[in-house]
Amino acid sequence: MLGLNSRDFKLFAIVCIMALVAPILLNPFPTDSALGQSFNAGYPALMQRFVIFGILAIGFNILFGLTGYLSFGHAAFLGMGSYAAVWMFKLLSYNVLPAIVLSVIVAGIFAVVIGYVSLRRSGIYFSILTLAFAQMSYQLAYSVFTPITNGETGLQVYNADPQILMSPGDPTSPHLFGITMNGQTQVDMGGWSFVFQNGYYLAALFLIASFYLSIRIFRSPMGLMLRAIKSNQTRMSYVGLNTKPYMLAAFVISGMYAGLAGGLLAAMDPLTGAERMFWTASGEIVVMAILGGVGTLIGPVLGAGLIKYLENIVSKINDGILHSWFSFLPDWLDNLLVTVIHPFIGKGWHLTLGLLFMAVVIFLPGGLVQGGQKIMGLFGRNKKSDAKDGAKTPAE
Amino acid sequence: MSKSNFTRRGVMKTGAVTSAGLMLPTYLRAENHTGFTNAPQGDTVKFGFNVPQTGPYADEGLDELRAQELAVEHLNGIGDGGMLNTFSSKVLDGTGVLGKKVEFVTGDTQTKSDVARASAQSMIQKDGCIMITGGSSSGVAIAVQGLCQEAGVIFMAGLTHSNDTTGKDRKRNGFRHFFNAYMSAAALTPVLEKVYGTDRRAYHLTADYTWGWSQQESMAASTEAIGWETVQNVLTPVGAGDFSSYIAPVLNSGADILVLNHYGGDMVNSLTQAIQFGLKDKQVNGKNFEIIVPLYSELMAAGAGSNIQGVYGSMNWNWQLQDAGTAAFTKSFGEKYGFPPSGAAHSCYVQTLLYADAVTRAGSFNPCAVVEALEDFDFDGMGNGPTSYRGADHQCFKDVLVMKGTEAPTSAYDTLEIVEVTPRAQVEYDSEHPMFAGGDLGACNPGA
Repeated sequence: MLGLNSRDFKLFAIVCIMALVAPILLNPFPTDSALGQSFNAGYPALMQRFVIFGILAIGFNILFGLTGYLSFGHAAFLGMGSYAAVWMFKLLSYNVLPAIVLSVIVAGIFAVVIGYVSLRRSGIYFSILTLAFAQMSYQLAYSVFTPITNGETGLQVYNADPQILMSPGDPTSPHLFGITMNGQTQVDMGGWSFVFQNGYYLAALFLIASFYLSIRIFRSPMGLMLRAIKSNQTRMSYVGLNTKPYMLAAFVISGMYAGLAGGLLAAMDPLTGAERMFWTASGEIVVMAILGGVGTLIGPVLGAGLIKYLENIVSKINDGILHSWFSFLPDWLDNLLVTVIHPFIGKGWHLTLGLLFMAVVIFLPGGLVQGGQKIMGLFGRNKKSDAKDGAKTPAE
Repeated sequence: MSKSNFTRRGVMKTGAVTSAGLMLPTYLRAENHTGFTNAPQGDTVKFGFNVPQTGPYADEGLDELRAQELAVEHLNGIGDGGMLNTFSSKVLDGTGVLGKKVEFVTGDTQTKSDVARASAQSMIQKDGCIMITGGSSSGVAIAVQGLCQEAGVIFMAGLTHSNDTTGKDRKRNGFRHFFNAYMSAAALTPVLEKVYGTDRRAYHLTADYTWGWSQQESMAASTEAIGWETVQNVLTPVGAGDFSSYIAPVLNSGADILVLNHYGGDMVNSLTQAIQFGLKDKQVNGKNFEIIVPLYSELMAAGAGSNIQGVYGSMNWNWQLQDAGTAAFTKSFGEKYGFPPSGAAHSCYVQTLLYADAVTRAGSFNPCAVVEALEDFDFDGMGNGPTSYRGADHQCFKDVLVMKGTEAPTSAYDTLEIVEVTPRAQVEYDSEHPMFAGGDLGACNPGA
């Protein structure tokens, strides 16, 4: 169906359903319960990040997962996309359509230039070149190009901006032909409260489209060519095939995905800053891909979701919340448990992420996807077909 | 795909039940629609404390958090009440705010605008916070202030010193108690004139971002007005670590003053290296070479150790002041944590109390009512003498402290001494001053 084989279609359908009912799935606990206040992730701002960083990771995976070229500067495209989008808001109007279109185009143009230079080298040299370009973009945005980027303060829309396409009755926040991104419907059901936000659904539709496109690329002759480059690029050249155009195409597509993610970030929240391009942001994308499972279709999305969940949920748990969980225990046990858990919560969420990352790399080299397959293998009814699926997935 | 077993009757039944289920709560919800974002329900109200707990400004952020927790205790009637006893407005009585107990959530901004906004969004959307306070960097404060304006909650800025926060990026829902670069320069210059004279040649090293520039611009303008010459201004990257290549040229430039427009760890490094190069022992143009650090904090002073001895700078507030408000706050902070509070901690503490007070005076949590109560509000007893919130740009006006590194420290906390309390009239400026122009407060936004 839709040009996909039945297994891919099943995966695609699962992603569609998950993206569409995320506001319900991510709010498993009643809003006012202790668990709900700590662990519910179904509020619009975080769900937007899940899907937007999911798009970014899908794009990154087209480059890294298929060709094995590790770009260590992908955040630069994200940042450029965001700047392009905010400038569209400043010059034209708050309509997100031109903003998102331009952010993809701008990121694509920069990807052609950076890719053309960087792809002359492979392996670690390629990674260092992309890192250098990204850091250069960051420094330029931070200080040199301040009139364009507004430096450290970050670019935002002011009341005095031209906004030539804006008519008096238009919303004063990002919108799609009048449907505001921050408009939402709240549904209260018993103790639960679900928020369905327009902006989230726009981002979710882009995620679904991006995921579909990624499946088609993975299964296309071009995808096969990219995988061939990964297994032995030298042999490809020796048989007389020019691999450069394929590499560049993969790099540009990947950059445009990042630009789309950047444009969507700006569309959800019309402000951007240079730190979006910092090398740690690029590193985070790599971690997302590896955590979820490089070269698998769904892996990077899961990795992106997990990191954003830890960053936003675990980092907000503090000692007071822990004490309220363990209040039913005797005091000494309560204090002991809180002391033991303390380094892993709040500002220690990086430590939790680090340990998790190590565990995944050591025990599940295929990422979370491999973990999922192992669990399915344990409980699945037809072990034979699962084993076959596992073999299909590249093992790094 | 697999076969589906949808029947017409089944679909209709499920559809009817689902839509009835969806409509019922919407109908029930209509009655408690309050007209503004996160109107407090029940007997509690929630504040969001959004500070850097990791990253370059983590020390300041954690100190801000301590002060905010103390403020909540005092509002809820725990402890000795601190500045509530000395505050000129007497509507807060230790029973929470408008009879509602104050609760709070904390977040880590990592000194990054995106992370700070994500954290603030989670406070607003998930935790239902009615007010956000914090921020230890102007970029972050400006970003979060913009977010609060859009979301329709009040932002009470913490440590942010750039002119832009209440200049070109001012917002109706945002308020700043801390002073700014212009006020630093205006307070510092007369003292510098007195001790170093009018015939000086200054060399600026400036952190290469908004705050550094506005600090340098303000310092250059006010020192040139008393006859000093600005030899050169060199921009240095933030977080450079090693400043020796920037300091070496100072020796041969003919300058006899070095102005370090740096903050945090950068200032500690650049000052230490300048001392190691022997700048302070030099004689240039027949005068002693001097170093100036326009913006000081206790935490930086502690980091720089003995290098700051005799170096001039400015501060918003210091725990060594002698008034009743400062004494009360320093005492309750010291009793709870065992050391004196920093200037950033003071600002966040005061901001939290000022918000609670404004809500009580307005009789409502509605942001527009709070804005009205805070604009052009005059108060006293918060450690800075008579203070007022100017309605035109939401900047607080109060006395500014000129500080000097203590020459012979007697304890670990005795790092800075107060040279002069510059009266408020001397640091005031017009809200459309060229360094602040181009801003627009806009209309207040109650959200929802």
